[in-house]
Amino acid sequence: MAERYIMRGSEVAARVLGGEMMVMSTTDSTFFTLNAVATAIWQAADGRTPLSEIVANKICREFDVDQERAQRGADRFVDELSRHGILLVSEYPLVESFPSPESR
Amino acid sequence: MTLLSEMNQRALDLGVPLSVHLDLTYRCNERCVHCYLDHDDHGEMTTAEVADLLVQLADAGVFFLSLSGGEVFMRRDLFEIIEKARRLLFNVKVKTNGVMISKEEAARLRQLGVEQIQISVYSHRPEVHDAITKLPGSLARTIRAIRFLKSEGLKVSVSNVVMRANFVDQSGVMMLARELGAEYMLDPTITPKLDGDRSILALRIPGNDLKQIFHNPELVGNVEEFCAAPPPPGEDVSEGFPCSAGHTACYISPYGDVFPCVQFPLPSGNVRRQRFLDIWRDSPQLKEVRSIRAKDLPTCSTCAHVGTCTRCPGLAYMEGNMRGPSTADCEKSFLRTGIESANMLARAHAAAAGPLIQIQLPTPPSYLGPRCESSSSQLPGA
Repeated sequence: MAERYIMRGSEVAARVLGGEMMVMSTTDSTFFTLNAVATAIWQAADGRTPLSEIVANKICREFDVDQERAQRGADRFVDELSRHGILLVSEYPLVESFPSPESR
Repeated sequence: MTLLSEMNQRALDLGVPLSVHLDLTYRCNERCVHCYLDHDDHGEMTTAEVADLLVQLADAGVFFLSLSGGEVFMRRDLFEIIEKARRLLFNVKVKTNGVMISKEEAARLRQLGVEQIQISVYSHRPEVHDAITKLPGSLARTIRAIRFLKSEGLKVSVSNVVMRANFVDQSGVMMLARELGAEYMLDPTITPKLDGDRSILALRIPGNDLKQIFHNPELVGNVEEFCAAPPPPGEDVSEGFPCSAGHTACYISPYGDVFPCVQFPLPSGNVRRQRFLDIWRDSPQLKEVRSIRAKDLPTCSTCAHVGTCTRCPGLAYMEGNMRGPSTADCEKSFLRTGIESANMLARAHAAAAGPLIQIQLPTPPSYLGPRCESSSSQLPGA
């Protein structure tokens, strides 16, 4: 499978509430809450770091999970959120067209 | 329970202000007959003050941000403010009359990822709409704005405040919204002016018209369910609180004043003098609002409608007591179900009994004027 780069979409609202990230697509108003693992992937989605690297260096280390299982979960999560424009996915590094979000 | 209501519950448990309504200006290019604001600029927050406030709101956990006014497009720095808000990842909703939105503004709103634009429309007929806004040509400009916004793929909702002057046009506005591809929201609420002037309440639609609204399936869905007699209140009702005002939501004026809600003018602090989070957590006024439970309401706790009433504590406050009834909501409960509220029964009883002692004063003390006016608070159609 080709390498995948992920970046937070520009038409997204997000906030941490009680340790969980709330994410809403501003285009179709789909609302998600992300668990700790998904939140970590979301926060690392800078468009420059390959997803496999995020999984290996962040998810596996921080959540004590084996790489194959973590990668499968991350792929599913990325596919789901990309369908709503919440994450952008590319085989090449992505550049932000909107000013960088100031995550709180 | 939907995911969103779960989040609301979590915000409530954690004391997080999930939603903030921020008015950026009270200036306006329309002069709507029912407006509760004065349109002079008494020292609006600057761009830098608003930007700092937005950072504070994000840090406090605010997710839903409604930007409104006045007419929000009267602020020349509006897009700068929206851009800042979107960089802070707020879910931004803009409330406007649309008059100043052209193709460029619509495109910019889309580019910035604004979730929804709410636009006020009073009638599908220019002579009625423009007479309410007192701005000739305003309906045509508002409709043009909605078309621009829709062509950009933005979600638009048409807010239709109904009053005596435009009630008959309600279905026309609904059809217009449908034709434009916008959502439709009806609002029969006219509130006193923020300075306490209650004269505009005379614009409220009469009770019979309100009853028609509550029995219109196009507006309320299942009429039988919507107008059903209230079930006996359970324990959860008596421990419940009236609405999100002060609990998970608040309102901030263009001058930085914080209130529990736009409809609840209880001054609770000012962000020019204190950090927002300090006001949210420590304001005695907000604490008082939060302390109120249905069981503490002297009249409403005994009311058959206590579990289903839309009682607005802000309107009750404007009637003189935030723990008292909001007579407009008493009337709504009655017109919806045909069952009189405890407040209505008490008033009828008091009127029938007459005063216990009648004292004729030679000249009334000056404070009695407004107090009497306030306590009489005539219901529309009553």
